[in-house]
Amino acid sequence: MKRYLILEDGTIFKGLAFGSSRESNGEVVFTTSMTGYQEVLTDPSYCDQIITFTYPLVGNYGINRTDYESIRPAASGIIVNEHAEFPNHHEGMQSLSSWLTAKDIPGLYGIDTRKLTRKIRQHGTLKGRLSNTIENAQEIINEINAAPLTTDQVSKVTTKTPYHLPNSGNRVVVVDFGVKTGMLRELSRRLCDVIVVPYNTPAADIIRLQPDGVLLSNGPGDPKDVPEGITMIQELLNYNIPILGICLGHQLLALACGGDTEKLKFGHRGSNHPVRDLETGKIALTSQNHGYAVTVDSLVNTSLELTHQAVNDGTVEGLKHKVKRAFSIQYHPEASPGPQDSNPIFDDFMKMIKTTKKEGLMQNA
Amino acid sequence: MPKRHDIRKILVIGSGPIVIGQAAEFDYAGTQACQALKEEGYEVVLVNSNPATIMTDPNMADKVYIEPLTLEFVSRIIRQERPDGLLATLGGQTGLNLAVELFNSGILEEYNVELLGTKLPSIQQAEDRDLFRELMRELNEPVPESAIVHNMEEAKEFVDQHGYPVIIRPAFTLGGTGGGIVNDEEEFLEITAAGLHASPVGQVLIEKSIAGFKEVEYEVMRDKNDTAIVVCNMENIDPVGIHTGDSIVVAPSQTLTDRDYQLLRNASLKIIRALKIEGGCNVQLALDPDSSQYYVIEVNPRVSRSSALASKATGYPIAKLAAKIAVGYTLDEVKNPVTGTTYACFEPALDYIVTKIPRWPFDKFEGANRKLGTQMKATGEVMAIGRNFEESLLKAVRSLEISAFHLGVTDNQLTVSEVEEKILRADDERLFYIAEAFRMGITVEQIHEWTKIDLFFLEKLHGMILLENRVKERKHDAGILQKAKEKGFSDRWIADAWGVDEYDLYKFRQKENIKPVFKMVDTCAAEFESTTPYYYGTYGEEDESVITDKKSVVVLGSGPIRIGQGIEFDYATVHTVWAIQEAGYEAIIINNNPETVSTDFSMSDKLYFEPLTVEDVMHVIEHEKPEGVIVQFGGQTAINLSEELERRGIKILGTSLDSMDLAEDRERFEKVMQELNIPQPAGKTAFSVTDAVTIASSIGYPVLVRPSYVLGGRAMEIVYQESELLQYMENAARVNPDHPVLVDRYLEGKEIEVDAISDGNDVFIPGMMEHIERAGVHSGDSIAVYPPQTLPEEIKQKIIDRTISIAKGLNIIGLLNIQFVWHKDEVYVLEVNPRSSRTVPFLSKITGVPMANAATKVILGESLKQQGYETGYQKEADEVSVKVPVFSFAKLRRVDTYLGPEMKSTGEVMGRDKNLQKALYKGLIASGIKIPAYGTVLFTVADKDKAEALEMVKRYYEIGYTIMATEGTASIIEKEGIPVDVVGKIGSKGRNLLDVIRKGEAQFVVNTLTKGKIPARDGFRIRRECAENGVVCLTNLDTSEALLEVLESISFSAHALSSFTKKEKVLV
Repeated sequence: MKRYLILEDGTIFKGLAFGSSRESNGEVVFTTSMTGYQEVLTDPSYCDQIITFTYPLVGNYGINRTDYESIRPAASGIIVNEHAEFPNHHEGMQSLSSWLTAKDIPGLYGIDTRKLTRKIRQHGTLKGRLSNTIENAQEIINEINAAPLTTDQVSKVTTKTPYHLPNSGNRVVVVDFGVKTGMLRELSRRLCDVIVVPYNTPAADIIRLQPDGVLLSNGPGDPKDVPEGITMIQELLNYNIPILGICLGHQLLALACGGDTEKLKFGHRGSNHPVRDLETGKIALTSQNHGYAVTVDSLVNTSLELTHQAVNDGTVEGLKHKVKRAFSIQYHPEASPGPQDSNPIFDDFMKMIKTTKKEGLMQNA
Repeated sequence: MPKRHDIRKILVIGSGPIVIGQAAEFDYAGTQACQALKEEGYEVVLVNSNPATIMTDPNMADKVYIEPLTLEFVSRIIRQERPDGLLATLGGQTGLNLAVELFNSGILEEYNVELLGTKLPSIQQAEDRDLFRELMRELNEPVPESAIVHNMEEAKEFVDQHGYPVIIRPAFTLGGTGGGIVNDEEEFLEITAAGLHASPVGQVLIEKSIAGFKEVEYEVMRDKNDTAIVVCNMENIDPVGIHTGDSIVVAPSQTLTDRDYQLLRNASLKIIRALKIEGGCNVQLALDPDSSQYYVIEVNPRVSRSSALASKATGYPIAKLAAKIAVGYTLDEVKNPVTGTTYACFEPALDYIVTKIPRWPFDKFEGANRKLGTQMKATGEVMAIGRNFEESLLKAVRSLEISAFHLGVTDNQLTVSEVEEKILRADDERLFYIAEAFRMGITVEQIHEWTKIDLFFLEKLHGMILLENRVKERKHDAGILQKAKEKGFSDRWIADAWGVDEYDLYKFRQKENIKPVFKMVDTCAAEFESTTPYYYGTYGEEDESVITDKKSVVVLGSGPIRIGQGIEFDYATVHTVWAIQEAGYEAIIINNNPETVSTDFSMSDKLYFEPLTVEDVMHVIEHEKPEGVIVQFGGQTAINLSEELERRGIKILGTSLDSMDLAEDRERFEKVMQELNIPQPAGKTAFSVTDAVTIASSIGYPVLVRPSYVLGGRAMEIVYQESELLQYMENAARVNPDHPVLVDRYLEGKEIEVDAISDGNDVFIPGMMEHIERAGVHSGDSIAVYPPQTLPEEIKQKIIDRTISIAKGLNIIGLLNIQFVWHKDEVYVLEVNPRSSRTVPFLSKITGVPMANAATKVILGESLKQQGYETGYQKEADEVSVKVPVFSFAKLRRVDTYLGPEMKSTGEVMGRDKNLQKALYKGLIASGIKIPAYGTVLFTVADKDKAEALEMVKRYYEIGYTIMATEGTASIIEKEGIPVDVVGKIGSKGRNLLDVIRKGEAQFVVNTLTKGKIPARDGFRIRRECAENGVVCLTNLDTSEALLEVLESISFSAHALSSFTKKEKVLV
């Protein structure tokens, strides 16, 4: 079956359909990750986006039972050069195509994905539609242009009710703006007693859970669309509870402390982004997926200190609160997919919790 | 941390001659390193023994030494140059070993020379088996279980503990003699016993076999700041069991999940950090296809063949950055040269798939054992880039230049069991037989069981066969044509399938507007804007290769390195590119060899990484619309394309197609030679066996026979009688009217080789070379001497005159190469090559004439006179230079090592000094021959050579060598009163020849062929035994003579005083 990608600027890519037969709208973005399509597709941060894979062969090892970053994928669609009809891997359970059908995600293949990528690079991300027809193309283009980008993605992907992942260690409350399973896995590995709460949980409710630490998760879209989160963080900062913000969580922390964010032209999405730790000078290769970033100038006169920066374009990649026990990073230390160089960030968080608890004990003593 | 200012002068060590396992990739690495260091303002001193390299060009370093890569000579250079630093990690295993030797000798410490880049303990830790295993244990990184055992009992113990299969590797044998994979008790008994026997120390390494695992390589880099990155990972389509150099490889990996990928990435980075590598490093791993169990196979603490491949596959110049790291930079301080805006500290993202296929020399060595295993056998490789696996693979297949334009076999009468056997044997043609198996209806699962190749790849291959059928069914259907082209099918194959002419299909395609676009290799999958002029063709929508207003010239490269067409042609290609640029044009190169300098995108204005077939070349030409195409520097590869290119209206620059044909078409050539009054050995073209016999008897034996239009003397032989001729015609030639055989009188005499440049009016001869070996040994396998040492003036003059008249007579515009033979006061022309030759780099370096450059300028219209050259022979240099061939026999099982008309060498070295003996000494040493002042020489020569050999025996005896000989030869020697140690023939009781060779009791073996080619089995075994035990075996008396002269020049003979009684008339 034929399928088309129609972009807001009127460009039409003709290809073939796979996955779900439904049509869908979204912000067309690209990722340069060469492995980990299952993780990418299930990452809630891609909510309402149509993901283009720059690597031309996708689906080679099928879909397995492990590499889910969420149970319900939130992406609007997927665009590839070619998807594997006959995947093979000892863990593989089904093909990408059949999985997409099952999850009702439309796919487009057989287009020049490099041409599309270059277009996005030059123009910035574009609104688009995966359409099964180009009759009335102009009408569709008008529709695409008329419809604003969605702003409610976080409320779509967040958990509706709190849930508990019991364990024997530190209690960490994870604020779910669209949390990736990878983060929960890293906390589990460190034996954390995790409670995941909806994004709009008031700070007081979080405090009542008596957390040793709070993790502000990743999530889709513009941080400014989540004012509840900003207020909550501002309140949380009044307590002496260690806070780690990741990705959207990092941007929200910055906004909560008076910083500002902006939309990047086409974002950072991939597994090969070098980040410099300004304190040690060490470089880590990081996994990234964000369309917005904290502006470096906005940090002046805030309580935040710049700790990490992108080697290539100087984007703010890490912040530390000058007074409070709060720090944040723009990239993904849980990787999945991507390099695991920054995994120790979670250990830093654990250390911070440990120090805080020790101090607390001393104060109580 | 910026670059270091405490060092000023850096010595760079190259990798020496091209041998199997160490090829042109180190010229690429060395050239990049030299350029990078010079860019930083360091004074660079380079040493390499291989003249056929770009890195040894005078402008590549401040000082270039073409000297043997031995402790002795490099120490001398260190004393003379007093460098501050030594960079050895870019010169392959040779460079690394030499660095260790230099360190151990104490000279580095004495002269305060610092080893730059990865430090010595790290190198040793990676290279030494025990230290490496120890480190892996510490890091908790798994390595396959293994043990060193000395007898069957110990071996059994290991097997009992770890189970089958195991690999047996005898200690201290070259080429893995006597080892192998053991699957059961029966094989265990046989192979272990053989292995223990084969090892001179009775010791074998027994290792748990992980054959069948996925083999994955990571190319990693690290700097002193401990930043470590993966430049590229690569997956071998052939699972563990076949050497990675002999495997078909794709990049990036295709069948690894992100977890698999990161698991192996983490292991690689952990290892490189533990080893404290500063520069590039290669980590080879094996991953169980059925679990997450993996093993570390090997670590190479230096740039390697794989890193050259990774550089070309990603665009990321590993060697250049390794050099920068060595002088103190960190990865985040250096810009990514591809984007120019981002930094080198990142991991390239690919948006295409790369396939590498090795190029094996089995077309030359028909008797060779083609089975692939743990010993690498390929001489070169090709790489192709596509947007899908099929396209990438098929482009690589047709880049190989083995007349394969698709996945097909020539024999289509095979039975299922024959195909099964072929596939199970895993030789160089396995890929093609797998395709054939699918055509026969054999299932993917069945082939997986036979090969363990991942089902992902097999399904792709199977899909290609299904597509074949659809193409065949739908003749002239543009839709299916589009599909087939997207999947990389060649015009040649589709035209065959449809029964049409290839050119007509091409035109049909143009009409239907089915043509490829060119996309950029940019390291970042288009995420950042790049300006790298590095492109590949694919069937997509958007073309990124922008045509400029500047006039351009296309140069065709020489494809994969093979015997007969080596790095020399890449050297010439690079010089052509530079000359084109100097002449004010844009230089565009098309080539497919990832190892070479010519495929470094920074060398030309535009690089198209494409197969060198008419179809692929035409795509580039139609896109670029150049002034013309230069074909004469890319060896036979490019020449072979010229006819079809001209047919399609493309202008061939330089010597015209007609002139080339004049040189190559025998009858036309003969006619011209007659007109020019230049004698040729009598000879004729035979179109049938009867023809050949008639011709041979009319011109008289011995005759030289060979198929027409072949490269490097392939299938060429000297036959001495009719029976041999008949045998040759039956076995080698497959003569028919389309493939005639040339029969020529074989003239014994001195062979002389000349390279010249002609502009149509003037003919300039930079130099001529005399061969040490008499005619009959391929010129590429002969030791060449410049200037000639034994030619009388009048002979030289004849050669000069004849060269000039041939160049003019054939209307050569550019380079030509002529082989003459001096036979009884006459100079005969043997062969004219209307193109750049193997000797161009050697001659350019020793005469100081940049021949390829001058020839290119001639081609582009600047006359020789305008360039300052005149007709005639350039004044000879005072110093003597020799070019000595280097062979890779130890790695090619069952190949006979005798020298004959078929070329066998893989590389060359140069020796230069004040006189011939000194130059030869250097040349031989550089070629890997050890020249001890005393020792033992073993003679076992044919009857016809005995008289000549006897003279040599006397001289060896004079300089104090012990003589050993087999019975027949020994009796003659004894008659001369020379003590001789008699050794038994093969099969005789007691100590025989083979024992002597195996135990290294003789330093040199002189063995000549009984007659013709048909090797007496014994002679063959002697030669093979030498090859496998690293004993120098001289199969030609001229080579032996040359060696002897060198020995004489470094030895003093001891003579007793003559008795007084003989001196009767002392004074008058």
